[in-house]
Amino acid sequence: MLHIKCPHCGMRSQNEFSYGGDATVKRPELNKEVTDQEWDNFVYNRVSPRGKHLELWQHLSGCRQWIKVERDTATHEIFKTYKANEEIA
Amino acid sequence: MQKYSIFSLVKNALTGHQNWDLAWKDPNPKEEYDVVIIGGGGHGLATAYYLAKEHQITKVAIIEKGWIGGGNVGRNTTIIRSNYMHDENGLFSEFGMDLWRKMSQDLNYNVMFSPRGIINLAHSDAQMNAYARRGNSMRLNGIDAVLLNREEVKELIPMADFSDNVRFPIFGGLMQPSAGTARHDAVAWGYARQADSMGVDIIQNCEVTGFDVSAGKIKGIRTSRGNIKAKKVGLCVAGSTNILAEKLNITLPIETHLLQACVSEPVKPVLDKVVTFGAGHFYISQSDKGEMVMGGDLDGYNSYAQRGNLPTLQHVLTEGIAMMPFLSKLKMLRTWGGIMDMSMDGSPIIDKTHIEGLYLNCGWCYGGFKATPASGWTFAHTIAQDRVHELNAGYSLNRFSTGHLIDEKGLGTKTWIS
Repeated sequence: MLHIKCPHCGMRSQNEFSYGGDATVKRPELNKEVTDQEWDNFVYNRVSPRGKHLELWQHLSGCRQWIKVERDTATHEIFKTYKANEEIA
Repeated sequence: MQKYSIFSLVKNALTGHQNWDLAWKDPNPKEEYDVVIIGGGGHGLATAYYLAKEHQITKVAIIEKGWIGGGNVGRNTTIIRSNYMHDENGLFSEFGMDLWRKMSQDLNYNVMFSPRGIINLAHSDAQMNAYARRGNSMRLNGIDAVLLNREEVKELIPMADFSDNVRFPIFGGLMQPSAGTARHDAVAWGYARQADSMGVDIIQNCEVTGFDVSAGKIKGIRTSRGNIKAKKVGLCVAGSTNILAEKLNITLPIETHLLQACVSEPVKPVLDKVVTFGAGHFYISQSDKGEMVMGGDLDGYNSYAQRGNLPTLQHVLTEGIAMMPFLSKLKMLRTWGGIMDMSMDGSPIIDKTHIEGLYLNCGWCYGGFKATPASGWTFAHTIAQDRVHELNAGYSLNRFSTGHLIDEKGLGTKTWIS
């Protein structure tokens, strides 16, 4: 069982959260010509690293906010959690 | 190679089983090979076997980080089927079914193929319509499919819950009578033994650390046991695909996720079919030892852990108990996890890459085991001929950018959408 510290609500069990995938993926800029390759990278292609992974989770059975979680994909250790709009150094 | 038969068994029994040949050797890597297959799982071993058998290419090495049979080929729920609607998946899998039927004779190794039939349960009128459509598509591709009503399902699996007060009543089901199971370890060992006998080097405990690519062409690989030159390299590493792709500076439409399976304590024969729950994701069969073999959903977040988490297991088994209430009385014997190469449309990739001489076999999601022979056969063809076979032409890498997805169930990495 993962324990995720929601930046709004505090430490909660994994059961309250829903996963949202890689948080480093950026949608191509609006009002700009977008190549097929850029769309391909945005929609489908993923690095899926073994180790540190910044990912989106939603506190679905809690405050319903989307958050960012920095987690190790091999050990499941959670290093830090962020609000969705928080800048990450 | 020593041929396995009743006579060799009797002969060796008389000498106390002390004189059996090793099933495969443990060679050191040579300096150079015509083809190097990375990954000694079912698909890698099958690829090497068909390279030797169908294309007479025997200067082949299989490079395996762990040991033969230690990865997903030894961790799956052993289900074999071809009950797909789309042509690409149906024709590919049915070609595989033919190879499964002949496999024990072909490999001189009993893989215990048991075509006991698979039933996908339906729990609504809409689902019955969808199954009728899928069944018709299957029959058009020459695959056996039978649409069952509620009474017919009850006759086949009376232990399922047919009472009135259930959340997901059984309306009927779609059965593929020729589907079944096989002994997964035996498949790996059988392919390994035959490939070895034809001259393939199976190199275990050897990790690939990098690739030598120059002028857009593969030259060889770097490993924990030294550099190996190779004219062609095939990647066949399932859940580790992204790790190797990163070393090649390739980003793929794949995420690695964890899938769990479990077995109960062994009980007397009760279930002689493979059954899947239609209102969720749960599948079950009974092994020859009597254990109920069960599996279902991914853990749901990127993972390389090779071990599962209890919330998902609880969720999956809740579905199982809803379908077959007697399961709640059984004790759990073992649970385990394997890491899956989840592609974005839920269908695999067997293709060439932009690097000359580098070939890719990945994206097997939930269904890698049943594809073992067909995957090996078509991947061997793709490597040997340097072009895809018509059976795997649909499994191209560029289908994501061209929009030719094979969205059989729309079940890729994004399970939270379905």
